[in-house]
Amino acid sequence: MADQQPEFKERALVRFLRATEVDTRLLGMIGALLLIWIGFHLYGHFVNGYGAFLTPRNLWNLSVQTSSIAVMATGMVLVIVTRHIDLSVGSLLGFTAMIMGVVQVWILPEFLGLGHPMTWVITVIVGITFGALIGAFQGALIAYLNIPAFIVTLGGLLIWRGASYLLARGETIAPVDQTFSLIGGGPYGTIGAVGSWIFGGLVCLAIIALLISGRRERIKFGFTTRPMWAELLIGAIGTGVVIGAVMVMNAYPWPKGIIKRYAAENNMDVADVGVISHGFAIPILVAIAVGIAMTFLATRTRFGRYVFAIGGNPEAAELAGIDTKKMTMKIFALMGALTGIAAVIASARLKSATLALGQFDELYVIAAAVIGGTSFAGGIGTIYGAILGALVMQSLQSGMVLIGFDAAIQQMVVGCVLVLAVFLDNLYRRKSV
Amino acid sequence: MENTQKTAVDQTPLVEMKDISISFGGVHAVDNASCELYPGEVVGLLGHNGAGKSTLIKILSGAYSRDSGQIFIDGKEATITNPRHAKEFGIETIYQTLALADNVDAAANLYLGREILTRWGTLDDAAMEAETRKVMNRLNPNFTRFKDPVAQLSGGQRQSVAIARAIHFNARILIMDEPTAALGPAETEQVGQLIHQLKADGIGIFLISHDIHDVFDLADRVVVMKNGAVVGSAKTSDVSKDEVLGMIILGNCPPGATPGPGASTD
Repeated sequence: MADQQPEFKERALVRFLRATEVDTRLLGMIGALLLIWIGFHLYGHFVNGYGAFLTPRNLWNLSVQTSSIAVMATGMVLVIVTRHIDLSVGSLLGFTAMIMGVVQVWILPEFLGLGHPMTWVITVIVGITFGALIGAFQGALIAYLNIPAFIVTLGGLLIWRGASYLLARGETIAPVDQTFSLIGGGPYGTIGAVGSWIFGGLVCLAIIALLISGRRERIKFGFTTRPMWAELLIGAIGTGVVIGAVMVMNAYPWPKGIIKRYAAENNMDVADVGVISHGFAIPILVAIAVGIAMTFLATRTRFGRYVFAIGGNPEAAELAGIDTKKMTMKIFALMGALTGIAAVIASARLKSATLALGQFDELYVIAAAVIGGTSFAGGIGTIYGAILGALVMQSLQSGMVLIGFDAAIQQMVVGCVLVLAVFLDNLYRRKSV
Repeated sequence: MENTQKTAVDQTPLVEMKDISISFGGVHAVDNASCELYPGEVVGLLGHNGAGKSTLIKILSGAYSRDSGQIFIDGKEATITNPRHAKEFGIETIYQTLALADNVDAAANLYLGREILTRWGTLDDAAMEAETRKVMNRLNPNFTRFKDPVAQLSGGQRQSVAIARAIHFNARILIMDEPTAALGPAETEQVGQLIHQLKADGIGIFLISHDIHDVFDLADRVVVMKNGAVVGSAKTSDVSKDEVLGMIILGNCPPGATPGPGASTD
C-alpha cells in the first residue's frame, strides 16, 4: 500500500497536468515564487520578529520594482531566442534616462515653460526613440558586420555608461516633470481602489473571453478540448489571482504624510480625506500592457514566427527567404525601445536621472529571461515566463533587503540562483525531450 | 522517347548556368561550370562528395553568391543573390540538410517565409494547418503529427515536410539535393513517383546525388562534376551506367557524352 501511494499520486498529477495543459515549468516557477515569498516571510517572522514580506506594502513595492526589469525581460526573450545576448541594457537604460532627464529638465522648460502638459509626452517619445535607434545601431553591427552580439553589447555596456556621464557631466538630473514622475508609481502614480477594481474586472472578463473563444476555436477545427472541470478550474484560478491582486493592492493605504499633504492641497480636513488606497501602480500597468503586446508579437505575428524560426535553425530561416540580418537589427531595435520604456519607469520612480541608474540591470534581465525558460540554445522561450522570472528575481532581491542580508551576500545569492536556474533548465529539457 | 522531343535543342532552356565559378579561400569549389535544364526534364547532377555539385546548385538557389558567370532563366539573365530572389523565379530547393526549423511544427515550416495572414495581418495558423494537412495527406498519408515540433519527427517524416514545402508553391524549377538519403525503400519509391508526376507537369528538376543508382533511372540526362569542373553531360539513353561511373571516378568522357572543361585529356 505504502509503495503504491506515490505512484498513484504521480499518475493523478500527470493526468491533472494533461487535462489542464499547464506546462510543468510554469508550475515549477510558481512553486519557486511561493517558496521564496513564504520563506522570506517566515524568516522575518521568526528571526527578526516581524514578517514583512507578505504585507500589502511590500507586495505593492515589489510590483513596482519588478516593472522595469519585466519590460526589458520581454525583449531579452526574443534576443536570446535568436541566439544572441544583450549586455548593454543596463547602461542603455541609464543613458536613455539621462537623455530624458536632459530633455525634460534642461531643454523643454526653456521652450514650453515648467510643468507644460506636453513635457512628459515629448520626453517619453524621445527616450523610446533613442533607445530604439541605439538598439538598431548595435543590431546593425551584429547583423551586417558580423561582430558577435556578446562583444557589441559588452562594448555598449561601457560606452553608454560613459556617455551618460559625459552627457550630464556626472550630475544627477532632478527633479523630473510632475506628470512624468507618475509613470514611476508612488502614491499619486496609482489608479486607486475604484480604478483597480475596474481594471481587475476587465482582466477577469478578458480571461473568461479567452477561455471561451479558445474552446470554440478548438471545437470548430475538431481539436481535442480540455475537460469542462479543467476549463472551470483555470478560469477560477485566473480570476481568483486577479481579484486577490486587486485586494492586496487596495489594502495598502497612502501613508499619513501623503494624506496630510493631499488634504492641504485640496483644502480639506485630514479626517474628511479618510483612508485612500494605492491600488495598482501605473508602472505595473505599463508592464502588463508591454507583456500583452509582446506576447501578441511573439505568437501571433510573422515577426514572432521568424524570431523563433531563426532561433531554431538560422540557416534554414535564411534559406526559407527570411532576411535574418534585418530581423536581427529589428530585434535589437525592439530591445532598445523596451529599454527606453524601462528607463521611463526607472527614472520616473526615482524622480531623477542618476549616474548609477540601471547598473547591473542586464544581469537581472538576462536572469529573468533564463529563469522564465528561455534557452541559450535558441528557439525556445516565452514572454509570460520572462515576466514571472523577473518577479522571482525581484522577490529574491527585495526579500534579502527586507531581512537585512548584507549587500555582498545578496550579490552572491543572485549569482548562485542564475547558475542554478540554467542547470535546472538543462535537467528539465533532458527529461522532457 | 517523349522526353527527347521535349528537350529539343531549339527550345529555350528553363535554366542556363553559364561559366559559373566560386571559390572559398583560394579553393575553386566550382570552376567555369555550365549546365542547362529544360522544362519537364530531370537532370541528374552527379559526382563524388566535394565535386562541387551542391555548391553549384546552392548558387542557383541563392544560398551562395557566385564570383563569376551568368544565370539565365527562360533565356533572360537573372540576378540571384539570395534565396528570396530564387523563389521569385520559381526555384525551390530541397536541401540535403532539409533546412527545417526544428523547434516549430510542420505547418510553420511549410509556410516559413510565406505565411498565410488573417485580414488583420496576424498569422492564420488554422488555415496554414488545414492546408498542410491537405498537402501532407497527398504526399505521405501516414503523416499525422501536425502539432509537434519537427525535431520530434522521424527522418522520413521530416523529409516529406521539406518536399511538401518545395512543391507546394508552384515551383517551376525544383532542386533536390540527395532527396532519398534519409528514406527507406518504400519512401524512395514514392519520391520516384513524385518526380515522374512533377515532370509530367512540366517542372524542371535537378537531382543531385553521389550515388548513380539513385539517379540513373529517373534522369533524362546526367551532368557529371569532378573537382569543381564539369566532366561532361550525356543523355541517359546514350550512355551506360559504367560509362557514367567512369566519368565520375576517372573524369573520362565516353563517346556518347558531350565533354566539358573538366574532362580528362588523355
